[in-house]
Amino acid sequence: MSNQRKRPNGEREEDDEEDDAEGIGQWERAYVDDRSWEALQEDESGLLRPIDTSAIYHAQYRRRLRMLSAAAAGTRIQKGLIRYLYIVIDFSRAAAETDFRPSRMAIMAKHVEAFIREFFDQNPLSQIGLVSIKNGIAHTLTDLGGSPESHIQALMGKLEAAGDSSLQNALELVHEHLNQIPSYGHREVLILYSALSTSDPGDIMETIQKCKKSRLRCSVIGLSAEMFICKHLCQETGGLYSVAVDEVHLKDLLLEHAPPPPAIAEFAISNLIKMGFPQRAAEGSMAICSCHKEVKIGAGYTCPRCKARVCELPTECTICGLTLVSSPHLARSYHHLFPIAPFDEVPTLSSSNDPRRKLGKSCFGCQQSLLGAGNKPGPCVTCRKCKHYFCLDCDIYIHESLHNCPGCESTHRPKSVSLLEE
Amino acid sequence: MATVASKLYSDDVSLLVLLLDTNPLFWSNTSTTFSQFLSHVLAFLNAVLGLNQLNQVVVIATGYCSCDYIYDSSLTLSGNSESGRTGMPALFASLLEKLEDFIVKDEELIKEQEHDERIASSLLSGSLSMALCYIQRVFRSGHLHPQPRILCLQGSPDGPEQYVAVMNSIFSAQRLMVPIDSCYIGTQNSAFLQQASYITSGVHHAPKQLDGLFQFLTTIFATDLHTRSFVQLPKPVGVDFRASCFCHKKTIDMGYVCSVCLSIFCEHHKKCSTCGSVFGQSKLDGASTVSEKKRKAPDS
Repeated sequence: MSNQRKRPNGEREEDDEEDDAEGIGQWERAYVDDRSWEALQEDESGLLRPIDTSAIYHAQYRRRLRMLSAAAAGTRIQKGLIRYLYIVIDFSRAAAETDFRPSRMAIMAKHVEAFIREFFDQNPLSQIGLVSIKNGIAHTLTDLGGSPESHIQALMGKLEAAGDSSLQNALELVHEHLNQIPSYGHREVLILYSALSTSDPGDIMETIQKCKKSRLRCSVIGLSAEMFICKHLCQETGGLYSVAVDEVHLKDLLLEHAPPPPAIAEFAISNLIKMGFPQRAAEGSMAICSCHKEVKIGAGYTCPRCKARVCELPTECTICGLTLVSSPHLARSYHHLFPIAPFDEVPTLSSSNDPRRKLGKSCFGCQQSLLGAGNKPGPCVTCRKCKHYFCLDCDIYIHESLHNCPGCESTHRPKSVSLLEE
Repeated sequence: MATVASKLYSDDVSLLVLLLDTNPLFWSNTSTTFSQFLSHVLAFLNAVLGLNQLNQVVVIATGYCSCDYIYDSSLTLSGNSESGRTGMPALFASLLEKLEDFIVKDEELIKEQEHDERIASSLLSGSLSMALCYIQRVFRSGHLHPQPRILCLQGSPDGPEQYVAVMNSIFSAQRLMVPIDSCYIGTQNSAFLQQASYITSGVHHAPKQLDGLFQFLTTIFATDLHTRSFVQLPKPVGVDFRASCFCHKKTIDMGYVCSVCLSIFCEHHKKCSTCGSVFGQSKLDGASTVSEKKRKAPDS
């Protein structure tokens, strides 16, 4: 495969090196800069030690959890549960760079797809819209909607990069769209920016002030380097600015935006939203569905207000505009409102009088043995409330996916005022 | 030996996690006794283990005050020649012992605590969470693992205080693609179990005659996940996903939802009774009517 990219003079030498490497093959280029052999270690007798990443992984996870719960510590922060998020993707010529393999554009598209699915999983009542910047103009790829498939199809449809990038045009477009949404919704913008410059038709500072006044929370994820204007934008509007160093980091940064962010006090106007809880249509009943405009038999839902048929939930009834949800959709967000406290690490004591030995030799959740090599107590964590022991993997699973402590749930507690009786 | 094992791993090897309801408040009120019920269940477990050499069964008991692991077929050594109790297969001697210990401990815990006679629900959320942790461990053990599924044998009614925890477990099971089957043997309808089976693509059935429980268990719940596409199983009918309002507890078709805490009301209110937010005002405007402490945190 010949590579005829033109590079400025100063980089001519690098070009030659890459041309030499061409002879080996595309698949080997992945290892040109990657010195994975340096991660190997040897033990005392010179044999290779297997790379144990689980401890590092767990330490990273605990650090992240500590950061997140440092602010929360006992108090409950109001979160923005009904979110209207616009994802702005920069398709300027900088997106065709190949420092992320195969190109920044392809990696962005892949991770945005995963992000969209995760977003709707964690925020079923929210909506996403897509905007792209190409040739200095911002285009709306999709309007605000709640169905992941339509967004992903629109995104994967056109993956081409060209021209300059314009931050102001994107912000103006998003501002126009987000002004139309109801006041109880949280307005957010997530910008994936790969360019190092922005060509704007006017004063971008004015646009930033306009966004700030409209309660837009803008966050930026940069793919090349840190830019002052992005940092300023995020600081003014209360968003997060981060720059990805590699593909894995980009994925982590993107997924950080999936759970609902803390709501800013001045922005949070609470409101009672009228919603419908449709019943499932009887098997064998025929109706013309309002979303596809064709006759459907059987599975579907009937809007309680206008009796129109819709195919899936959650959605807005196309005839009368009522928001239609089912109770599991609301229940998906309850774990944001009732988070579980992080578990405490148990210090590894090597004395034989360790009282822990008598208490628990196996993890309460999965029954895996908590003893490490040679019957010495291995690393484990404990829940503050129920005092049961859990292994590190259960700790991660419980806090990231399950959101229930098995120990606390398995202990009968006196019935307090329960909020959510259904 | 690893090569032999991989050859034996066909697509119908399953791991069945059985959640057994041992709530004494329920079992004291039914026509079938617990030991009759247990004989059906043990015969069913034998049948599941007999379907494939590599099938595994794990039993978790759902008690009134606690939950615990009772039996794990992968830990039992073959060649265990203890003679079982009267007529029970020797295979399950350890299961019966541990179950008896568990029930005795559970009853002691019940005596220590005062309990509300009104709703005698068992700790379904606890045993579901433990089952999911175990299944997660099986997934971590490598790419050659049996296909897990959960079967809830429940008779106690739903405990509304467990709603959030049960829904969390259901969504986690949906993500892991683990079906939750449920066999409800009580008198009232269990909305939790119906929703669980519907959301995770499991099977729900409430047999009317407990005399034939073994028959229902083997024909409906013994099939592994791959074979289910060829077998006619009870279809989900009438799963009610409507919500109940928080003020009157009646099921409603249309209601009002607080945008802060997602509580459901049937009529328009000025103030949310759960989180205290005044509707139509931002938190800062409402600070004079609501106390300072409630400014940023929803009250519970």
